[in-house]
Amino acid sequence: MEAGIVQSIYDLKEYLTGVFAERQREITVHDTAFVAAKRARAFEWFSKAGFPHAALERWRGTDLSRVLSHEYQASPAPPSAELDIDSIFKCDVPHFETLLVTQLNGWYADRQNLIRVFPNGMIIGSLAAAFIKYPKLIEAHYGKYADDSSESLTALNTAMSQDGIFIYVPDNVTVEQNVQMVNITDFKQNLFLNTRNLVILGENSHLRLVQCDDSINHDITFINTVSEVKVGRNSTLDHYKLQNKDDHTTLINSMYFHQDEGSSVSTNGISLNGGLIRNLSHITMSGPHSSADVYGLYLMDRYQHIDNQVLINHAAPDCESRELFKGVLDDHASGVFNGHIKVHRDAQRTNAFQTNKNILLTDKASIDTKPFLEIYADDVKCSHGATIGQLDAEALFYIRSRGISEANAKILLMYAFVADVINKISIPELRQRMDDMVKKRLRGELSQCEQCVLNCSTHEHEKVEFKIDLSKI
Amino acid sequence: MLSIRNLKVSIKGKEILKGINLEVKAGEVHAIMGPNGTGKSTLAYVIAGREGYEVSEGEIIFKGRNILELSAEERACEGMFLGFQYPVEIPGVSITNFLRTAINEQRKYRGLDPVPATEFLARMEEKKQLLELQEKLASRSVNEGFSGGEKKKNEIFQMAMLEPSLAILDETDSGLDIDALRIVATGVNKLRRPDNATIVITHYQRLLEYIIPDVVHVLFDGRIVKSGGKDLALQLEEKGYEWIRNES
Repeated sequence: MEAGIVQSIYDLKEYLTGVFAERQREITVHDTAFVAAKRARAFEWFSKAGFPHAALERWRGTDLSRVLSHEYQASPAPPSAELDIDSIFKCDVPHFETLLVTQLNGWYADRQNLIRVFPNGMIIGSLAAAFIKYPKLIEAHYGKYADDSSESLTALNTAMSQDGIFIYVPDNVTVEQNVQMVNITDFKQNLFLNTRNLVILGENSHLRLVQCDDSINHDITFINTVSEVKVGRNSTLDHYKLQNKDDHTTLINSMYFHQDEGSSVSTNGISLNGGLIRNLSHITMSGPHSSADVYGLYLMDRYQHIDNQVLINHAAPDCESRELFKGVLDDHASGVFNGHIKVHRDAQRTNAFQTNKNILLTDKASIDTKPFLEIYADDVKCSHGATIGQLDAEALFYIRSRGISEANAKILLMYAFVADVINKISIPELRQRMDDMVKKRLRGELSQCEQCVLNCSTHEHEKVEFKIDLSKI
Repeated sequence: MLSIRNLKVSIKGKEILKGINLEVKAGEVHAIMGPNGTGKSTLAYVIAGREGYEVSEGEIIFKGRNILELSAEERACEGMFLGFQYPVEIPGVSITNFLRTAINEQRKYRGLDPVPATEFLARMEEKKQLLELQEKLASRSVNEGFSGGEKKKNEIFQMAMLEPSLAILDETDSGLDIDALRIVATGVNKLRRPDNATIVITHYQRLLEYIIPDVVHVLFDGRIVKSGGKDLALQLEEKGYEWIRNES
């Protein structure tokens, strides 16, 4: 069997290599010379390294062989210009005012307006269109933060991605609206998707970005998304990643943040469902007095798998990073947390704190959690803590002894366990909705078949009711 | 109200309760005293329905029904309350919401509609004053960061809110200073009614100066070896548990 699996991996690589060669013209149609050079080099990296495998330390706990054994179609065609985006997606979170930016099968969906320039100077549009229209910005940032050499899937993305979302916020602009990126897949065959996003914040700018991943159909899908995010001097980015994919979906979400002096990034990834999810948060603090808050919450069951990889590069002095990841794993679900903090030699007075807490509800569920602190400076405060446990039997009895059913007592304890990650969400409407969705998920009522991850009430417009009223917790 | 007959209980094969007999009638306060490790807390847990105990013999009749087959939550819904010796901290869950959930689940069990919000809040206010609770306590997470005294007061506050028929207070006096002890005892006394009953489990006689029991039992080595009026507690205080040990 072992040989069979290897054969399958080889096949997909060979297939993608074939696509890259045969459809070169189509894939590179929007490339500038700069982008084309990146692409060619990245393809070499991928060709050399191949798909990640369990012998690599960072992939030890996540086995891709099964999902790579499927046959996929790569590089789907762009949607037609007549596409009515409202017909495939409508976000109905109450009072959640967002500037919606939609992607369909990796393509910027609004084909009529590939680039939008706002009165405040903000630019939002298709990355492929930006290659041509904003070559200076592209050359300054594109492919500069993503790590093709050590993540072969990132290299594959650089080689094969055709489009994605481009966001540019000029200096001294506070974007009032929440920008919501929605990545929808709707394809009649198994789809292998490489989507690429680039977000650039100038100096003294502020942006709240909500990134949703959802699917419409239920075919087998492999989504390999890479986002590069540059946060300029004294700018702040408040970022959320909401993942509610079906069990047939593999989601590889690699985020590369690059922070300048005095900047702040807060990124919170909430994973409610998904066959296999791997989130990489790669943060480099290149200027002093920066801060990064990296949060994550995962609720997995059945045979789902979640892998959170965090790498925080403290490359400058006087920076601070805080990580808080919490997860509940049920049934046969498995998880990985790898928290790598690297404090470079000159990064004196670094504060870096990391916490990962897990609850395993069954003896078949598993979590592999690993803090990894690499410290080359001497004036540093670092801490890390990882826990794995079950629901506390004494607490369960305590709650039940007040008349609350065992099922609800468990939900109450699980909710109490994850509530602090939800409370980190600073957009009140989003926090409320996530709160509802997490409760639904804990009650086993959340389906992932609806449209947006935020769209859970499409078919039940009444307020979600719980036997336990958790609303005032 | 409660009738325990020849109750034998073991944990992992070790017999802890070796044939307990206890009759508690409505309107009564019983005290169960005894040295450490004689099975007082085990008795409280078994009555309240904690799992992990093996009942090899006997029965517990509560309001005419053998409750050994009932879950902890069903017993609570039938009107049982256990005040914990070590109340559990539940971070992230406010006392207000915890109690409203508990009350509504109990009401549902009894076929009643959820308690109206105004009525619930009015009851909270009334009972908070009874226990001299700080205003902000009710909005805090259940027992999180509470002092020992606050935790015990919170137990009696929950009891006041849930209005059980039978309350078992397990070492409620332990870890209390004299002021907290007085408040807790006053609370218990004020909640006394002809149609409810209380079992006070305690190591020391001190609490019984404030809560006057109708009957005092001495639990020793898994058996009730002596029962009597409130004077028995005084005798115990005077002569110590050695006296029981020698007699039994």
